[in-house]
Amino acid sequence: MTAEIVIALLAAAVQSGTPILYATLGEIFSERSGVLNLGVEGIMLIGALAGFITAKATGAPLYGFLAGGVCGALLAAVHGLVCLVFQGNQVVSGLALTILGTGLSSFWGTPFIGQRTVGFAKLPLPLLSEIPLLGDIFFRHDPLIYLSYLLAPLMWAFLRYTRWGLGLRAVGEHPEAAAAAGLRVLAYRWAGVLGGGVLMGFGGAYLSLAYTHLWTNGLSAGRGWIAVALVIFTFWRPGRAILGAYLFGGVMAFQLRLQAMGTTLPSSLLLMLPYGLTIAVLVFSSWRGRGSEAPAALGINIEPRE
Amino acid sequence: MRVQVTKRQEPLGWGSCFIFLGALAFSLAVSAALLGLQGKPPATGIRLLFAGAFGSPWALEDCLLKAVPIFLCALGVAVAFRLQIWNLGAEGQFALGAIGASWVALSFPTLPGRYLLPLMFLAAALAGGLWGLIPAVLKLGLRVNEIIVTLMLNYIGILILEYKVYGAWKDPGSFGFPMTPEFPAAAIVGSIGATRLNWGLLVCLAAGAAIALFLDHTRLGYELKASGENIRAARYARLPYERLVLLVMALSGALAGWAGCLEASGSLHRLQPTIMVGYGYTAIVVAWLARLHPLKIAIAALLLAGLRVGVENLQLDLQVPAAFGQIMEGLILLTVLAGNFFKDYRLRWREAG
Repeated sequence: MTAEIVIALLAAAVQSGTPILYATLGEIFSERSGVLNLGVEGIMLIGALAGFITAKATGAPLYGFLAGGVCGALLAAVHGLVCLVFQGNQVVSGLALTILGTGLSSFWGTPFIGQRTVGFAKLPLPLLSEIPLLGDIFFRHDPLIYLSYLLAPLMWAFLRYTRWGLGLRAVGEHPEAAAAAGLRVLAYRWAGVLGGGVLMGFGGAYLSLAYTHLWTNGLSAGRGWIAVALVIFTFWRPGRAILGAYLFGGVMAFQLRLQAMGTTLPSSLLLMLPYGLTIAVLVFSSWRGRGSEAPAALGINIEPRE
Repeated sequence: MRVQVTKRQEPLGWGSCFIFLGALAFSLAVSAALLGLQGKPPATGIRLLFAGAFGSPWALEDCLLKAVPIFLCALGVAVAFRLQIWNLGAEGQFALGAIGASWVALSFPTLPGRYLLPLMFLAAALAGGLWGLIPAVLKLGLRVNEIIVTLMLNYIGILILEYKVYGAWKDPGSFGFPMTPEFPAAAIVGSIGATRLNWGLLVCLAAGAAIALFLDHTRLGYELKASGENIRAARYARLPYERLVLLVMALSGALAGWAGCLEASGSLHRLQPTIMVGYGYTAIVVAWLARLHPLKIAIAALLLAGLRVGVENLQLDLQVPAAFGQIMEGLILLTVLAGNFFKDYRLRWREAG
C-alpha cells in the first residue's frame, strides 16, 4: 500500500519535473553561449498558450508542441535583438521579456480560461514499462517525457564532443579569444538564445498539453524562475538538470498530494515549499561551488567592432 | 551601402529625450496593432488610454494615488540598482510592509492616531527592511545570487499575506471573503482636503528628497555611487562595500514596506490579497526608465501609473484584458533599452568598399 503511494508519487515527480527540465536545459543552452535569459517565465507562458491554441485548432497535440517551441524562440529573439544587436543590459531585458510574455499570454489567453484542449496521452513503453519499480516510475508516461530523457544526454554530448558545442562554450567563456580563433561569435550567441528559447517554449507547451490539458492565466507559476535557479544548482551541466528538475517535481507533486488528501496545513504554506526550496538549493550550490562554474562571459555583451 | 557602428566620443545630450519619446511611440504603435488584431479599434483605444489616464481631474487623482506606491518602490529599487545589487524583490517587501502595518493596526486598535500611525510605519519599514536584508546577507555570506532570492521572496511574501488574511486575521463578518476587519479610524492616513489623495503623497516627497540629498550630498551616498560604477576599484579603495549592500537592501525594503503600509492604510483601510497588483514589478520598470534618478523616477512613476489608470478605462469601454498594461510596460522597457544603444553608438552609412 505505502509502496504504491511512493511509486505513484515518484512517477508524479517525473511528470511535474518535466516542464522544469525542458526550461532548465533551455536556460543552460542560452547561458553556455554567454547570454543570461531571465525571460524564461514569460517564454514558458507564451509556449504554453501557443501550444494550447494550436492543439485546440488543429486537433494535433504534436503541432501544439512544435508551435510552443517556435513561439518560444520568437520571444527569445526579442531578447537577442535587444542584447545582441542593441547592447541592452541582459538582466533588465530578460525581466522586461517576462513582463511582456506574461502580459501577452494573459491578453490572448483570457478568452480560453477554463477551456480544455486535446493533449498527449500516456504511452507505456513496451518491455521497459514492465521493469519492476523503474517501469512504473519512468516508462508509463506521455511521449514528451521520453523525449526529455533523450534531450539531456544529447545536449551533454553536443556541448562536450561536437565542434559546434565547443564553439558555443568558447563564446560563453572567452568571446574575444573565440573571435580571434575565427568563430562567428554573434552567430553562436544567436544560436544559444534561439535554441534555448525553443526548449523553454517546449517546457511551457508541456504544461498546457500534457500536464493540465487546460488553460489558466499564469499557468507556469514561477517554474521559469525555478529553472533559472536550477541552472546554478546544476553548475551549467545538462545531466544534473534531470536531478534538479525531478527534485522540484517531487516537491510540487508531494504538495498536491497532501492537499488532495485533505491535510489541515493551509495551502498557502504548502505552496511556499518550491520557492523556499529554490532558495535552499541556491544556498547549497553557493556553498559547494562558490559560483565559480558560471561561463566567464555570462551576461557580458559583445561590443560591436569598429 | 554598409552600416558602420562607431562609439560616440561624447554622450548624447538632448537626443536621449528623443530616444525615449521614439521608444514610447514605437511601443504605442505595437500596442495599437495588438488591439487591432483583436478586432478593437486601435486609434480609439489609444485615445481612451490617454483620456482615461490624464483626461479629467478624477483620472489625474487616480494617477497620483497609484503613483505613490510605485514611486516609493522604484526609489528603493533604484538605490539598490545604483550599487549594482539586483533587487527584484520590491513586490515581496511591499507585501511584508503591508503585513507589518496591519499587524500594528489590528493589535493596538485603541492607541490614538499620533502613536498608531508612526508605529505602523515603523513596523512596515522593519518588516520590509528585514525581508530585503535576507538576500543581502545570503549574497554577502555565501555569494548567493540575489536576483533569484529576491524573486522567490516575492512569491513567499505574497503567500504569507494570504496565509494571514485567509487565516488568523480573517474578518468574521466578511462572509468568507479573505480580508481583515477594517482598520480603526486612527490607523488610517488622512486625506488631503476634499480630494481622494492622502498624506502619503507627503511621505513620497520627503523620501524622494531625502534619497536625492543622500545620493548627491553625503559621503556615504558618494561611496555608494562609486562602488556601483566599479566594485573592484571600490574594494581596492577600501570603500565599505558590505555595509553598503546591507544599507541599500534595508533601505530598499523599508521604502517598499512604506508603500505597502500606505496602500493598506490609505487606500484599502484593511489588508486583503487584492493589495498585490504588481506595483513592485512596475517599480523596476520605472527605476530603469528613469535611469535610477530620483526626480525622473517621479515622472516615470506618474507615467506608468497613468498607463494603469488608462488601461482600466480600456477594460471598461472596450473589454480589453488588464494584461494590456503589462504588455505595454514590457514593450516600453524593451524599446527604451534597445534605443539607448544610440546614446553610446553612432551609425554611419558607407559605400561598400
